[in-house]
Amino acid sequence: MHGPVGCAAYTWDIRGALSSGRELHRLSFTTDLREKDIIFGGEPKLEAALMELIERHEPKAAFVYSTCIVGLIGDDLEAVCRKVADKTGIPVLPVQSEGFKGSKREGYLAACNAMFRLVGTADVSDIPELSVNIFGDFNIAGETWIIKEYLERMGLTVVASVTGDGRVDDLRRSHGASLNMVQCSGATLDLAKMIEEKYGKPHCRVSWLGIEDMADSLYKVAEFFADKDPEIMARTTELVRSELEGILPGLARYRKDLEGKKAAVYVGGAFKAFSLIKSFRHLGMEVAVVGSQTGTAEDYAELAEVTDPGTIIVDDANPLELQEFIKEKDVDVFVGGVKERPIAFKLGVGFCDHNHERKIPLEGFVGMLNFAKEVHASVMSPVWNFVPRREKRHRNAGKECSHDR
Amino acid sequence: MTGNPASKNAVSTTNACKLCTPLGASLAFKGVEGAVPFLHGSQGCATYMRRYIISHFREPIDIASSALGEKHAVYGGGPNLKKGILNVMKKYSPSLVGVASTCLTETIGDDMGLILHEFRNDFGDLDLPDVVHVSTPSYQGTHSDGFNRAVHALVDQLADPEAAKSERVALFPGMVSPADIRLLKDIFREYGLTPTVLPDISETLDGPALEDYEPVASGGTPVSEIKALSGAAASVEFGSCLPKDSAGLCLEKRFGIENDRLRIPLGIRGADALHDVLCELSGLECMPRRYKLERGRLVDAYVDGHKYVFGKRAVVYGEENLVVALTAFLAEIGVQPVLVGTGAEGKGIAASIEAACEGVLPELPLVREGVDFHDIAEEAETMSPELVLGNSKGQRYARAWNAPLIRVGFPIHDRFGGQRLKTVSYEGTQELYDRIVNALIEKKQSDSPVGWGYI
Repeated sequence: MHGPVGCAAYTWDIRGALSSGRELHRLSFTTDLREKDIIFGGEPKLEAALMELIERHEPKAAFVYSTCIVGLIGDDLEAVCRKVADKTGIPVLPVQSEGFKGSKREGYLAACNAMFRLVGTADVSDIPELSVNIFGDFNIAGETWIIKEYLERMGLTVVASVTGDGRVDDLRRSHGASLNMVQCSGATLDLAKMIEEKYGKPHCRVSWLGIEDMADSLYKVAEFFADKDPEIMARTTELVRSELEGILPGLARYRKDLEGKKAAVYVGGAFKAFSLIKSFRHLGMEVAVVGSQTGTAEDYAELAEVTDPGTIIVDDANPLELQEFIKEKDVDVFVGGVKERPIAFKLGVGFCDHNHERKIPLEGFVGMLNFAKEVHASVMSPVWNFVPRREKRHRNAGKECSHDR
Repeated sequence: MTGNPASKNAVSTTNACKLCTPLGASLAFKGVEGAVPFLHGSQGCATYMRRYIISHFREPIDIASSALGEKHAVYGGGPNLKKGILNVMKKYSPSLVGVASTCLTETIGDDMGLILHEFRNDFGDLDLPDVVHVSTPSYQGTHSDGFNRAVHALVDQLADPEAAKSERVALFPGMVSPADIRLLKDIFREYGLTPTVLPDISETLDGPALEDYEPVASGGTPVSEIKALSGAAASVEFGSCLPKDSAGLCLEKRFGIENDRLRIPLGIRGADALHDVLCELSGLECMPRRYKLERGRLVDAYVDGHKYVFGKRAVVYGEENLVVALTAFLAEIGVQPVLVGTGAEGKGIAASIEAACEGVLPELPLVREGVDFHDIAEEAETMSPELVLGNSKGQRYARAWNAPLIRVGFPIHDRFGGQRLKTVSYEGTQELYDRIVNALIEKKQSDSPVGWGYI
């Protein structure tokens, strides 16, 4: 991270992304720009820092992130990277991610641009026809490994996983895979499109969350390869069947407790909301409140269709509004991002983590079982008996005191 | 071995042992009643710092931002700052907006004082909140500087020269926990003193379960009390490495209020110094019986536990004022601090440690300023540390050394209850001492094939 200390400090090891090899991603590297660097330019420090770190860790490649300040003082990241690449013999790739340039979407694009420079730089002649790349999955708590195992059972070879448990050497030959599976999060869609345009390899959107989406995604991939491998559909059906068999008894046990409980879903995109509504239905739970920050009019029409009558559908609500809905529907568990967790807890509502900090896998069929376990652990806790919104019912009328000491 | 304040061995930084200035300023503003911290810069700063702070306190925390884009970086962020404050007024009805700059706005040269002056002129017809601004470019200093500068700015910009004289005593506790602040307020009251604690995060960052959501958490130092500080009877501030323009010295310089600067009152000597000052300020001849008892119990515990801790080699790292207090405390219980590391530099930390350990520590630790965890680990490699004290960010190193890490300070991201840890007065010292002794006993027990029932 070429910038002042904060940019690196607040992103240090914040994801639960696992690696099957080295763990360089769990370290935080920065030039820690100081006032004199701002005045005289940060290029010499960047070059020295890169040389030092590359010598120390011997990575396969280095990505160098630009921050607000670097954009302002005009350091030539590209030139420094080229120089260090020449000296060290590894690719050193600038990521033009100055904070003021836009939202995280622009950051995704900057990262895809940098990664795309690696694509197509290695031999792909030994890659079989039945091959895919896993895009947009981050191996949170080992999720990529779960998906990879399913795909291998279907008879597919996974060339690269981007960026969960990703490898530079795999990225170099990722253009050799026949299909790019892009998880609904938009992080790597740009990369898939670049590969499609230059190498003619198509992509499809997938989701590894929830039983239906998981199965649909696998079937979608099987269908793509069906004319090359007539057996793949049968293998996939068998996989889905056996995986479901494995989790259904466990789900039924959770369902017994959770039947009739109420959930509120408030997530970034509408796609995830659909997935969650279906998941809660498997648990016998009602989604009483559902909303997203970025949903379109069509998304909301569809939400209205798939939810039960009486469900509150919200669009980009503020905490006060969310609170009203939570109270009105007396919900038992809230599903949202990191931002919503402290709000839910403060108001005494159960919460299910559905973000990159999670330490348990929620993807795949086994992920559905973990999701049920998570929801169960929050909903069934006795602590809600004591939170203000519920405690009142247990108090005798007239016992409340209004004075403030 | 003291001295050697030379900065890091390497040019690059790996796993920094400091945070940035605007984070510290945001934390300080969180301790003012009805206040909303506001970062003048790009959106990412506010989002990331907020997340970082939430993971320690486990409380809803909002940090507003002027969310500058490319266009503003070129033409100046003034209009967005004004618009942002108006938005904050609409959304939170704050009594104070604490604006901290970032490296972006410092570098493009936004003059916050001027912009805010214009803001007050432009919108004078509205019921405006107080707006305090502080300069906190991330490339200058650490979160500790940001915190201290924000507290100074609050006092300097709000204190009303016309305020009436009062019996209140100002307390600037620095970056201690919400539980510490609750404890300190109790202690002051026990002495019959009425404190104005700034900042007071005891409720804002450690609040009760609620039925109704509060856009700005209750609690914090009332703005009216900050304004009245110019009439305070005295002030006390904690910190061994505070800047010259601290809040306490500001009151002293501008309003002639006597200021006592103390080390964070950890350890018997540290706590004694605080209680001496409180005796003096309250006119009591000696400290109240309950503290005599607390002190006596602490001495008793020191004696009961001394063999478990004696001679253990400790590494201490983190915020400069805390590491000085921790080192002084370890020295008086017989632990041997071998290495003290901090990301801060140029604060005379080695000299402060030497002074704080005088008479109780024959061999001073190696003190390294301006270092990251990579450096700390390099230094510690040959020292065989047996005990580590600091925030949670050194966890992987303590694990590699197979030494227990006593989590103290900010942030604590991998344990529960960081906001309730105490480190001040006899009570806080007792709590920390018990944790240290137990950690060493637990290590001994789990490392032993016997698993003794009595230790």
